[in-house]
Amino acid sequence: MSVAPAEVDLPRSADKPVSDRPWVTIVWNDPVNLMTYVTYVFQHVFGFPKKKATKLMLDVHHKGKAVVAAGAREAMEHNVEVLHGYGLWATVQHDN
Amino acid sequence: MEPFRPTRGGGARAWLAAAEASLLRSLVAQIIALVAPDGPPAAGDQPDDLLDWNALDAQMGQTPESPDDPVLARLLPDGYRDDPTASQEFRKYTEAGLRSAKQQAAQEMLDTLPEAGGKIQLTHDQGHAWLKALNDVRLALGVRLGVTEEFEEQWGALRADDPQWAAYEVYAWLGAVQESLVQALA
Repeated sequence: MSVAPAEVDLPRSADKPVSDRPWVTIVWNDPVNLMTYVTYVFQHVFGFPKKKATKLMLDVHHKGKAVVAAGAREAMEHNVEVLHGYGLWATVQHDN
Repeated sequence: MEPFRPTRGGGARAWLAAAEASLLRSLVAQIIALVAPDGPPAAGDQPDDLLDWNALDAQMGQTPESPDDPVLARLLPDGYRDDPTASQEFRKYTEAGLRSAKQQAAQEMLDTLPEAGGKIQLTHDQGHAWLKALNDVRLALGVRLGVTEEFEEQWGALRADDPQWAAYEVYAWLGAVQESLVQALA
C-alpha cells in the first residue's frame, strides 16, 4: 500500500500541460500558389466568408504562415490531408 | 486563348488553341504519371504479368518515406514540420489517398480537355478539378524552375535564348489560366 504524498509536485509554470493544448492546422507561404486560389480554397474547405479567407491568405503571404484551424488532432490531420489535395503546404502541430 | 469566364449555373468557359490544349494535356499527363503509386514507369519496365506480385508485396509491408524528388515532396508533403515519426505515420494513412485524388483531378481535366482545343465548357465541379490539376502542374514546374516570390525578376533576368525561357513563359501562362478560372468560379 502506498500513501499519497503530503505535497504534490505541481507544475510551477502557468503553462498548460502539453496534453491540454489544442492541435492546430498551419498553412505555410509558398511562392507558387496564387493568392486568389488560396483564398478560394479557404472559403471552400472551411466555409469561411471571403473577408476572413482573404485575411488568412494575407497572413500566410506576409507572415509566412497562418493558423487556419484548431481542435482535435484527428480533425487537424484531416484538414491537412484535404489542403494537400489542393496543393497548399499545410502541417499539423501542437499549439504553442 | 480566351480566358475563363463564368457561365450561368456556376461553371466556366474558355477557348484554347490546339497547341495550348496539347501542351496542357501533356503537362497534366505528366502529373498522372508522377503521382502513380510506383512513379513513372521506366522504359522497357513492363511486367509480364498483369499483377506485379513482388512490387505489391514490397508495398504492403512498407511505410512510405518522404519522397526524395523535390517535385514529389512538394506534391505529397509531410504532415508535420519537425516530427519525422508523426509525419511518417500520417503518410502511411494518407499518401495513397492523396496520390489517387490528384490522379482523379488530373484525369477529369484530361477528360474535359479536347485534344484539338477550341471551346472549353466546364461545370462548377469540373472547374474545381481543373483548379486542383492546374495547381499541381504549376507546383511541379515551379519546383523544377526554382521559382521564388520574385518570379518576374527571375524571368526578366533570363536571356531570350536561355533554354529555360520557354518554361518560364509556360509557367506564367499557366498562372494566367488558373487565375482566370479561380475568378470565374469564385
